[in-house]
Amino acid sequence: MPDNISDSAETSHVAHPAYLRHHFNSVEQQADSTHFAMWLFLLTEVMFFGGLFTAYLIYRNWYYPAFVSGSHQLNVIWGTTNTAVLIFSSFTMAMGVWCAETRRRKGLVLCLSLTFIFGLVFLGIKAIEYREKIEMHHVPGFHYSLQSFLDPESNPEVYQEYHDKPLALDMAQHTELYFSLYFIMTGMHALHMIIGIGILAFMIFRARAGAYTSGHVTFVENFGLYWHFVDIVWIYLFALLYLISRH
Amino acid sequence: MSEPNEHAHFIVGPKTYVLILIALLVGTALTVWASFVDMGFWNPVIALAIATSKASLVVLFFMGIKYSSKLTKLTVFAGIFTFLILVSMTLTDYFSRAWGSW
Repeated sequence: MPDNISDSAETSHVAHPAYLRHHFNSVEQQADSTHFAMWLFLLTEVMFFGGLFTAYLIYRNWYYPAFVSGSHQLNVIWGTTNTAVLIFSSFTMAMGVWCAETRRRKGLVLCLSLTFIFGLVFLGIKAIEYREKIEMHHVPGFHYSLQSFLDPESNPEVYQEYHDKPLALDMAQHTELYFSLYFIMTGMHALHMIIGIGILAFMIFRARAGAYTSGHVTFVENFGLYWHFVDIVWIYLFALLYLISRH
Repeated sequence: MSEPNEHAHFIVGPKTYVLILIALLVGTALTVWASFVDMGFWNPVIALAIATSKASLVVLFFMGIKYSSKLTKLTVFAGIFTFLILVSMTLTDYFSRAWGSW
């Protein structure tokens, strides 16, 4: 009997690839399980960002004029550029997954590197936008300034474009709420980007050594899901924060 | 490496990805253009509709839900459905309370 057991253990060990964990029956079952778990994680992320989006929608309906004036202070060109950058990064990520699945090591390293660079470009543009907000005193807090909302003509660049009417003081004060939500939502999104870029750096390093091009692609696939999810969050942030009312 | 243990699932090719990339970029241009046209009540509706179409393309093709198992499809659908229930019930509560006296 003991002989038999060790025998079967021997043979089963020879039969499976090194990356198949012992508590799974097959590679397929292992991949399905991790895939399922990744989606559960992403759903918790949906709920997390969903709470922020709901808060945003409620306040936007309550203080609509303040949200419109606040939104006009954002630069649509930077916002659109960043949306395109993120869509390109999602594309290169998807291509990276395809390279891993079809065992193209060089292609995978290239795709991951491009995704990494697009991620950095996105954060760079975000930093330019944040700097603009700091200079304009549009960061909520002690230094917050209502000037652009009480006297829109003091900000000729924005005024020429949208001809905003001055807001009453109590409504103007609610623009701080708009910018609080702007910084919390884009900030949480940027944090997700930073984490993603960190993982990408690790993956580029491992991909060069051929880690993901020998049949075991779960890590690349699941990271791809995370990256695309972050892209989706931005698609909604862009529509809701930048494009409230530009006419 | 033994064949029966190979991870066999549908692989989406570069052609599909390029088409989705183009569709997403067109969608972005469209939503920016639409926000500069005055459609009153319809502006936010159209912005959200375009954003949702873009998000659906990403989920179905980039994230491969179109080609994944029934379990994964059900998980994603159930999650989004629950999310929509939470959001819509919260919003109906806020918006139907004390009409006009915000």
